[in-house]
Amino acid sequence: MELTRRQALVQMAVVIGAAFVGPRLFSADFLRGVPGEGPVFSADDIATFDEIADTILPDTDVPGAKAAKTGTVIALVVRDCFPPAEQEVFLSGLAGLLAAYRKRFGMEFAQGKPGERLMFLNEYNQALILSGPAQRAQEPAELRAFRHLKQLSIMGYFTSEIGATQALRFVEVPGGYDGNAPYRKGDRNWFNEVR
Amino acid sequence: MVSPSVQTFDAIVIGSGITGGWAAKELTQKGMKVLMLERGRNIEHIKDYVTALRAPWEYPTRDRLAQSTRREHPITQREYVLRESNKAFWSNELDAPYVEAKPFNWFRTYQVGGRSLMWGRACWRWSDLDFTANVRDGHAIDWPIRYPDIAPWYDYAERFVGVSGTKEGLPHLPDGQFMPGMELNCVERDVAARLRRHYNDQRRLIISRVANLTEPHEDRVNCQYRNKCWLGCPFGAYFSTQSATLPAAVKTGNLTLRPFSIVTRILYDRDRRRATGVEVLDAETNQTYEFRSKIVFLNASSLNSVWMLMNSATEVWPEGLGSSSGVLGRYIMDHQFQVGASGKVEGYLDRIVNGRRPTGFYVPRFRNLKDGENLGYLRGFGFQGGAGRESWAREVPEASLGAPLKNALIEPGEWRINLNGFGEILPYHDNRIVLDPEKRDKWGLPVLRMDCELKDNEKKMRRAMGEDAVEILEAAGVQEVVKSDRSYQFGQGIHEMGGARMGRDPQSSVLNAHNQVWDAPNVFVTDGACMVSANCVNPSLTYMALTARAAAFAVDELKRGNL
Repeated sequence: MELTRRQALVQMAVVIGAAFVGPRLFSADFLRGVPGEGPVFSADDIATFDEIADTILPDTDVPGAKAAKTGTVIALVVRDCFPPAEQEVFLSGLAGLLAAYRKRFGMEFAQGKPGERLMFLNEYNQALILSGPAQRAQEPAELRAFRHLKQLSIMGYFTSEIGATQALRFVEVPGGYDGNAPYRKGDRNWFNEVR
Repeated sequence: MVSPSVQTFDAIVIGSGITGGWAAKELTQKGMKVLMLERGRNIEHIKDYVTALRAPWEYPTRDRLAQSTRREHPITQREYVLRESNKAFWSNELDAPYVEAKPFNWFRTYQVGGRSLMWGRACWRWSDLDFTANVRDGHAIDWPIRYPDIAPWYDYAERFVGVSGTKEGLPHLPDGQFMPGMELNCVERDVAARLRRHYNDQRRLIISRVANLTEPHEDRVNCQYRNKCWLGCPFGAYFSTQSATLPAAVKTGNLTLRPFSIVTRILYDRDRRRATGVEVLDAETNQTYEFRSKIVFLNASSLNSVWMLMNSATEVWPEGLGSSSGVLGRYIMDHQFQVGASGKVEGYLDRIVNGRRPTGFYVPRFRNLKDGENLGYLRGFGFQGGAGRESWAREVPEASLGAPLKNALIEPGEWRINLNGFGEILPYHDNRIVLDPEKRDKWGLPVLRMDCELKDNEKKMRRAMGEDAVEILEAAGVQEVVKSDRSYQFGQGIHEMGGARMGRDPQSSVLNAHNQVWDAPNVFVTDGACMVSANCVNPSLTYMALTARAAAFAVDELKRGNL
């Protein structure tokens, strides 16, 4: 049962990929910039990243990923840190993902309804969770792009000032160590650097 | 041709890292006028730790490595050591390349303080199990010293450094002069107790002994548990040249420090069979200078000290100063690591750690402590490790996107524990470095060619390191234990050793029992180049003890008129 469901979902992701991967990228000005130095993202691109990140980590009792300017972090990490081959996969996957949204809901993701965006990204998230190490090599570009978007949203958010100091608890100089401190379910975690 | 007047000192120290700093401190405190030469730039304590207080959100890519940084640091980018936050501390690998006959990771920091600013700070003593290892199993040559020769110098070094740790009474990991140890957390403490019971006290899990202060010491503040040591500590809470040995040397009024000074060779008087000083190339102006001294301490870090000896060839010693034995550049060692295991610890969900401890625990060596154990490999290994609750970076497959995921990641996850083995590499004649016949650096100087590899004993040990890590975690009741081998390249342990080993016989060693070059007894090599075997523990404390011992001997010999 479990295996069948997993296969079905991975297959669904593959189908989404096959249906919407086109030769064109996300937008005409998406790839401006110096060749080999990574794409330069426009303000609209960054706004889209903000909406994606905010769908993944929305406002709750603390501000969400958009308030934390996570879209900018995503754009900068992809531009400055990704190797060129991964940039290419990311851009083509992103273009496919956004085209899929457009086709299904008749509008751009950035202008989409929150409930539809969440449903849409949760489908990719399901496929992601079921795509184990064995499937990863055959992952369609859309799923690969979503994997990056999810990871970068989480990283960008929790290392932001809002994420580190409001969602989590941030102490610059702890001054001491207690290896056996009490914790109650619901307490926020400490911010820690993650390598 | 500009010919500045030649300056003369009592002693020249080449290098300003852990051992260079110690040599400068010891020699100046004994009244010697010392010139310390450093090939890189100056780093001023506190002032130049420019990222030490930077918040994570102040990095545009949140300290993720940029491709441009990777291109500028083609070697260090292979490993976790390079970060955007500390890239200014790593050497310029494009200016100073080397040749890899076989893969070799050489992680260098050309700056005042050297790698003392970025070291792992673990401080372990060696024992006679290690000093007799070669002679017992017939590898390389015997060490010319035994534990009693170095024990008082370990005491001396530890008292000045400020080493925190616990006394364990283990004969193969001798106790020393410790400040109170840092604390094991609740999970580590329980795992330690379970291991002690399960293995009938033959295997232990202890807090690492580290050069992080747990009490104020010598005008230095105790550790503030920020766990950002590798950026430089504004509190001076860990031992470095800047926090400890350099201020002590400066205080004497006897120290001259000259950054941007690439020592190109040690000058040698063939009639007196003594070094007379050094030749220096100013890294900024390309001007050449000479400095004279009665003694020279060579502390350029293991491989660069060997380079210095090789590049100091004369018609008397065409293969380099100290080459008469034929072993200069041979028997290069490191510690192999990145193999171990990790798993999940159930429970403790009402416990958390407050503060960021800058070290983990240690499982001291438990294999081949007695001869004849017949495990299929010689020597041994220890495990470094830690336990903690999972962070926001964990997978939460059960949480759908949106508020459920966000709320889940705001809370800590379950407890996990890991073990990472550090294993001994035997000294092999054909694990060697030479001067490359062709390649030159930015200054036209020859560069090193590395030709080192793991052999059968190391590969067998490596398998055992993974298997034993799994066994230990399972014995402690850890769940879902997974073995991991993230592979290792020579040098990656950043514990490179050997190349100018000590010995009892000038026919088979470069240095004598007091770290004097046999062929030039007023030259002392007291960094890792002198090592005869590698043991499996972090080596810096042993270098410090050997340096202090050699400095005391050198000054005595000078007074006796023997140098």
